[in-house]
Amino acid sequence: MSGTLIAEQLLNGLQFGLMLFLIAAGLTLVFGILDILNVAHGSLYMAGAYVAAQTMQVTGSFVAAVLMAAVITGLVGLVLELLLVRKLVVRDHLAQVLGTFAVILIANDVVKMIWGPAPIMMNMPSSLAGPVSLLPDFLYPAYRLLIIAVGLAVALGLYLFVTRTRAGVLVRAGASNRQMATLMGVRVPVLFMGVFVLGAVLAALAGALLGPITAIQAGMGEQILILVLVCIVIGGIGSMRGAFVGALLVGFVDTAGRAFLPTLLKLFFSPAVASSVGPTLAAISIYILMAVVLVFRPAGLFPARG
Amino acid sequence: MRLFKNLVVAALLLPAIALAQTPIKVGIANDLSGPFAALGAEARDGFNLAIKQLGNKLGGQPAEFIQTDMGGNPDQARQLVTRYIQRDKIDFFTGPIGSNVALAVGPALFAAKVPYLSNNPGPSQFAGAQCNDYWFGVSYQNDAFHEAAGKVAADRGFKKMVILAPDYPAGKDALNGFKRGYKLAPNQEVYTKLGQIDYAAELAQIRDAKPDAIYIFLPGGMGINFVKQFVSAGLNKSVKLVGPGFSADEDVIQAVGEPLIGMFNTAQWAHDLDNAQNKKFVEAFRKEYNNRYPAVYAAQAYDTIMAIDAAVKATGGKVADREAVIAALKKADFSSVRGPFKYGVNNFPIQPLYVRVVEKGADGRITNKLVGKVFDSYQDVYVGECKK
Repeated sequence: MSGTLIAEQLLNGLQFGLMLFLIAAGLTLVFGILDILNVAHGSLYMAGAYVAAQTMQVTGSFVAAVLMAAVITGLVGLVLELLLVRKLVVRDHLAQVLGTFAVILIANDVVKMIWGPAPIMMNMPSSLAGPVSLLPDFLYPAYRLLIIAVGLAVALGLYLFVTRTRAGVLVRAGASNRQMATLMGVRVPVLFMGVFVLGAVLAALAGALLGPITAIQAGMGEQILILVLVCIVIGGIGSMRGAFVGALLVGFVDTAGRAFLPTLLKLFFSPAVASSVGPTLAAISIYILMAVVLVFRPAGLFPARG
Repeated sequence: MRLFKNLVVAALLLPAIALAQTPIKVGIANDLSGPFAALGAEARDGFNLAIKQLGNKLGGQPAEFIQTDMGGNPDQARQLVTRYIQRDKIDFFTGPIGSNVALAVGPALFAAKVPYLSNNPGPSQFAGAQCNDYWFGVSYQNDAFHEAAGKVAADRGFKKMVILAPDYPAGKDALNGFKRGYKLAPNQEVYTKLGQIDYAAELAQIRDAKPDAIYIFLPGGMGINFVKQFVSAGLNKSVKLVGPGFSADEDVIQAVGEPLIGMFNTAQWAHDLDNAQNKKFVEAFRKEYNNRYPAVYAAQAYDTIMAIDAAVKATGGKVADREAVIAALKKADFSSVRGPFKYGVNNFPIQPLYVRVVEKGADGRITNKLVGKVFDSYQDVYVGECKK
């Protein structure tokens, strides 16, 4: 195994982690502030991907696709907040999960009604379609570099938003003690609405960005949501820093498992054993990671409260 | 007085009712929701076109086609089949897309002596030890496309192969089928997670291995994810892509587009296969469905209805005589869109297999082009295990 291959796999781990972070950020933001587990976050991700693909087909512009996805999905998020989430905030977590789960079922069928059951196409922007050479003999897909850049930018942007802006102060105040914040004059309903829409926009951004390299189909949200939930559970549900670290950990462990484990096992076991155990072990590696983290830190690495 | 009048009318009508035959009933368990929804919709379009062309009749007799969505769910399908058998008293059954559903509903149908004509799955169990007179694998045996792809890779001189499939039973069967056709040992065998989204790690390995070609069996979204990422990694310039027909059919082409260009794929049918029945079918299909080209699922569904029609005609509409019906079905005496074929002992087709390649036509449309025949008459390897 050459040095460049190892470097490439590490970069792949970073890339996959940031890909997951893009979705985890919105989910954990909403949970941290509203204390609501929105399992329909995956549906907002799907909505973003579909709107982006449709815009891309019509206009041919990737930038327009991302913007349109953010705007439309933001509006969907707004409607969802006004009609459903607002009423679920005061209920217990079970009611919230059931309520937002219903949204998943409805969303998947709405998508099928509009776009049909078959996956739809989203072309890659032609300028980023191929690989670029990072070092001699080290090619890396340009589009994945874009995902890395956007992932880091979103992480930095959210960090600055939460720590350096007035809105961020309100968000933190609302998260740490909702009642006290209300008494101090924070208009909590407006704050919650803003946060939920921001979460939807982040999901749409992820959907639009991942659209060109994944299948855009009904149910795409749930598939990735499971991985994203693992990330935020590891990081500590509701913590932005936790989501970032959790997503990177999952990205690295999953990629390393797939990339190195089968080769590593071949050193110790027969090829037949290695090739049957390797993929299975790689597939469960992130769940082992989650279990280990939860044994030592039951509230995740960076608990949001207390 | 009115009562008397009604009774007279009823008495006059009764013989007429007794004379009118009960329609021949076909139960179609569709996959319109669930994991195979897109493929199921394609199959439904094929069924409906055939039904429309036959004027809602089978062998000239009035027929009833009971179509129900079972969402690719084996339990739901099993309940549906019980209802079909006991309440609707169906004479023929077809519809499911997945092998898991076929295996779940098969035994009940066989016990009730209802012929099951499979419009898609061809599980090895029904080809081998569990073969049955009431099963007809109208489409193919599951290994066929993979074995043909292996032969394509060998014939084209791809010396260094990486083969890749999800880590689950059908994935292992697919790669074993490929190896049977390829005959050499592939360079590398990679198993991935079921439902995997990101393939960067595997693509880096492939780049490092520098193979001539890669064979993928990644059904549904997984294949779309993989091909998009394979091309964005620039690997399509040095590595040929080979897959079974379903990985590069019309439905996938509509979802992936340009990146699929150049992919070799194998099937028993192609929309540009040169025979009169196929030309008629493709033309009618495009006219019926917005100028869309049919995928293999539609062609198979269309064939299934035509096979039933021919068997009903051969028995003179006496479908209650099940022995005669299955004897007629076994002859496969209908003009199939894939051209003529025969059934083996296990009621799986002995048929040619073709290799197609995805190309951009002169009109700018991306579609499959038939480029050659892989097997003149392929028969599955399980037929020897079928003792009946």
